[in-house]
Amino acid sequence: MSHKKQKQMQIKSKLTVENKLSITGWFFILPATLLIFAMSFYPMFKALYMSFRTGIGVNMEWAGLYNFTRMLKDKIFMQSVRNNFFYLIIQVPIMLVLAITLASILNNPKLKYKGLFRILLFLPCATPLVAYSVIFRSLFAIDGYFNTILLNFGILSKAYNFLGHPTSAKIVIIIALIWRWTGYNIVFYLAGLQNIDPSIYEAVKLEGASKFQTFFSITAPLLKPMILLTSIMSINGTLQLFDESVNLTAGGPANASITMSHYIYNLSFKYVPNFGYAAALSYVILLLVAFLALIQMKVVDVRD
Amino acid sequence: MSVININKKTKSTQSLGVGTYTFLIVAVILSVFPLFWMVIAATNKSVDVISGTLIPGSNLATNYKNLIGSTNLWQAMWNSFKYAGIMTVLSLLVCSIAGYGFEIYHDKHKDRLFSFLLLAMMIPFAAVMIPLYQMVSEYGLLNSTAGFVLPTISTPFLIMLFRQNSRSFPHEIIDAARIDGLSEIGIFIRIYIPTQKAVFAAAVTVVFMNGWNNYLWPKIIMQSNDSISMPMLIAGLQSGYVTDYGVLMLSVLFCILPMLIIFFAMQRYFTQGITGSIK
Repeated sequence: MSHKKQKQMQIKSKLTVENKLSITGWFFILPATLLIFAMSFYPMFKALYMSFRTGIGVNMEWAGLYNFTRMLKDKIFMQSVRNNFFYLIIQVPIMLVLAITLASILNNPKLKYKGLFRILLFLPCATPLVAYSVIFRSLFAIDGYFNTILLNFGILSKAYNFLGHPTSAKIVIIIALIWRWTGYNIVFYLAGLQNIDPSIYEAVKLEGASKFQTFFSITAPLLKPMILLTSIMSINGTLQLFDESVNLTAGGPANASITMSHYIYNLSFKYVPNFGYAAALSYVILLLVAFLALIQMKVVDVRD
Repeated sequence: MSVININKKTKSTQSLGVGTYTFLIVAVILSVFPLFWMVIAATNKSVDVISGTLIPGSNLATNYKNLIGSTNLWQAMWNSFKYAGIMTVLSLLVCSIAGYGFEIYHDKHKDRLFSFLLLAMMIPFAAVMIPLYQMVSEYGLLNSTAGFVLPTISTPFLIMLFRQNSRSFPHEIIDAARIDGLSEIGIFIRIYIPTQKAVFAAAVTVVFMNGWNNYLWPKIIMQSNDSISMPMLIAGLQSGYVTDYGVLMLSVLFCILPMLIIFFAMQRYFTQGITGSIK
């Protein structure tokens, strides 16, 4: 009897030790968790609530779905959605293919000056977003470097206003984005490539596979998790573009290159503030980000 | 076997051809040129920049004089250092202990909470900025460092980084330290932190860069001239009617330099930290 009791006591004291540790753990994670709830989840739900209200400044009233029907007729907003998708569809694939190609070259053990090449390719991703936007704006300005060169070589007879035409302004943003983010993605692919066992390549080589075959049958499938990660990050980032739209093209000409975040900012802090409508628009970005990430995961799963 | 390997390797040397190197060199030139041009422009007169010079000029001092004459450069530099620095310290404190806690004391509930917190990574900043702005202005934190750092002290990404890297931390060491009578927080501070220098270095790089680069949030809450950050200073300079490229590019150079220093100093850790977070 007493033996049993002793055993129970032992179990009990062990439990309390474990409980104690578990509580300590809760204390460790508490500040970070509270901050995320207060600074991400709570404002997110507050924005949802605001999206059903309308009014100027603090005078807000219930509006039902008014904001959501209004946005469908909002030409600037529709333009901004199209712009974000234009950037996304053109820039992300080009950048990811470039990044994978450059990463596999950098990963080749026989490459000379590997460290130097790596540093120089990573350089753009150390550049602050506003800084590179301003550099590219100056390079492509009507009196900027590229116009000067094109004029000097006689390719253009008159300076071309790259930032003054809707299509070329958007293309300049895409070029700038590719410049800024390719190196960042190389970091991820290099990490992925370094986790691939070199002996797999040896084996494939012995079977006489070509470089292309090796890439598509070995490298690409093994990099799949990394491709998924980088595409989600890039999609997420592209849908939230702000700094480039503001500082490279100023959304122009005539809102032709404006992004959703830029327009939401204008609605909230530049024009007469309409927080309800702006919040409704911000939920479009939220849903798009979530939806595209979901599709992405499904698509990559199916290819297995 | 090793003989075969050596043969294979010499064979692959030959296969890395001129085409590959040409491609790589073109990529490098494209990635360096805009920065090179910026540095050159910072040393030249605006007219020379417009005429397309690629040679360092002698106008650096004049550009600097004009820059500090028309802007509050050092105030903005100090602000940016203050914002990004305080954010880095707080962020590392809060997220490292949380990442450690989620891994070392993990149970069903904490794991679930962690997956839930990860959802916050998918929330676009635009979707929270208006309520955040209202909160910050309600508590009188406009134009303050507290207002700047609060929304981004705790990020799922950083917690994940520390959580993943705690996984390889040996439990025997923790058990031994407990027997020695060290408290749980003592184990974290005296044993865990000193062994995780690479992760902390990676985290410092990521957080400081994010803090320094942030433009949208300070643009919203930093409404007084004394509180603007470097990205805001550059953006303000270029919105004038006539752009002085020399002065503008010098301000860009000031904004980039600290980032480049950190980048070169921490390059190895940055790659390591990112790798560690996704294993």
